[in-house]
Amino acid sequence: MKLIKSIIKPFKLEDVKDALSEIGVEGMTVIEAKGFGRQKGHTEIYRGSEYTIDFLPKVIIEIVVSDDLTDKVIDAISKAAKTEKIGDGKIFVLPVEQAVRIRTGEQGDEAL
Amino acid sequence: MSFAQNNETASQIDSTALQTVDSESKSTPPVEKEESKLNSGNTAWMITATALVLFMTLPGLALFYGGLVQSKNVLSVLMHCFAIACLASIIWVAVGYSLALTPGGLGEDARGWIGGKSQFFLQNLTTDSMNGDFPDSVWITFQMTFAIITPALIVGAFVERIKFTAVLLFSTLWLIVVYCPVCYWVWGGGWLTGKAIDFAGGIVVHATAGASALTLAWMLGRRQGYPKSLKPPHNPGMVMMGAAMLWVGWFGFNAGSAAAADGSAGMAMLVTHISAATASLVWMFIEWKKTGKPGLVGIVTGTIAGLATITPASGSVGPMGAIVIGASAGIVCYFACGFIKEKLGVDDSLDVAAVHGVGGILGTLMVAFLGAEGTLGGLGLNVKETLADGTEIVYTSGEQFSIQAQGCLAAIALSVVATFIIVKIVGAITGGIRVSEEDETKGLDQAAHGENGYTLN
Repeated sequence: MKLIKSIIKPFKLEDVKDALSEIGVEGMTVIEAKGFGRQKGHTEIYRGSEYTIDFLPKVIIEIVVSDDLTDKVIDAISKAAKTEKIGDGKIFVLPVEQAVRIRTGEQGDEAL
Repeated sequence: MSFAQNNETASQIDSTALQTVDSESKSTPPVEKEESKLNSGNTAWMITATALVLFMTLPGLALFYGGLVQSKNVLSVLMHCFAIACLASIIWVAVGYSLALTPGGLGEDARGWIGGKSQFFLQNLTTDSMNGDFPDSVWITFQMTFAIITPALIVGAFVERIKFTAVLLFSTLWLIVVYCPVCYWVWGGGWLTGKAIDFAGGIVVHATAGASALTLAWMLGRRQGYPKSLKPPHNPGMVMMGAAMLWVGWFGFNAGSAAAADGSAGMAMLVTHISAATASLVWMFIEWKKTGKPGLVGIVTGTIAGLATITPASGSVGPMGAIVIGASAGIVCYFACGFIKEKLGVDDSLDVAAVHGVGGILGTLMVAFLGAEGTLGGLGLNVKETLADGTEIVYTSGEQFSIQAQGCLAAIALSVVATFIIVKIVGAITGGIRVSEEDETKGLDQAAHGENGYTLN
């Protein structure tokens, strides 16, 4: 099992959700975040004073899938989240030791 | 409430204040303490104006200031405005009104510096007491709303870092030691009454609040992270809502100062509005040119600058003069903000001095020229003397300007010195008027008031 953690631009969330649904991945957890990489922030000016905003709004999508789905998921997210501009985001893949469905107690791949 | 008008409109004088007036210094004949006939039109308007001016503080100013601070401090700002409103009301009833607007005090004549104690706790007020042709109770309440908003304006200087106890103590002492005397000087029968033109409070309200705010901000010190890592206004929409309420309420502030439902009030309302609209647009265009984008916080700040600047002049200028005042306010106050924060390095957080102080003083000085009859539709300056045959000689613009400047300087001097002393006293009582670094980081809503502004789930 792998945890696929994707940081994307917030307005791309719906597109990514639809793309994952098309390959059979229905569940996900979404976290509102802020951050930056190479994308610069911006400046707001109020009454002559400048306020530098370094952090940009981002969204983190976390899904855990069986190992064989990993490549398809990465491909789907990448295509859906891409705008070809700086700040599109990153995808990280982490190994998952255990998974449990709370309602039934199922474990491993059955819990996904 | 200009003490004397040179036209037919009723002079807006606390009739009791004229008892000890030396007739040479006033243009209107002294009003005897006879039973004045009640004018229901004037009464109805003054009651309405009173409500409008209270609305300016609750919730107008509260929202205007609230939206400008960080979300973790929004409640503290609302609390400051609300608590000051309540406190100022009681003080006004107890000693304020009497000291500000009734005769007596140091010396019997009109050149006294403070009012008397005849109306402490409004002991001589009855349902039938009159102020001219409307009830004294209405006049006292109307004036109370001015005594409420003036200390509330100062809130903008000390947001996000002051102790609540310090706010209460400071406001109490400031009202008695600064507001009441200056009010007495200009409107209560003191040395400026009948001489200085201050229709609704350029000197009494805005100059005092502005100068005191600057002093207090300087003594309090800058906010954490100033100026590099400050946070932008947490709710610019709230700022606009507050400003809108201030605009509407200001009709009560200026037009109500005519103390009558008449042409003077109508004109005051009109010029107030013109100045607000003009200043808003001018500020917007300046900001557009300088920063590339016209902002909402900017345009509404321009509105307030325009309103503050027309305040002393609202009984003396015509529409064209109002446009000039509005435009001047938009330009001067815009650059005053930057000057105080950057050049002087004082964290007058919500620009009280730059907008209210500078605006109020600007209008007070400009009225000497724009109020002169003939100049851009001015309605006339104050009367210097009345000859034996009844002819009135009016001050020249130069003479009027000199008086205006004296009034401003005196008000500023008292404000600065008194604020300095009061802050020292309050600091000694509260163990320093500033909250701890930890509390400032946590936010005053939690630290001082145990509440959360936005419990979203």
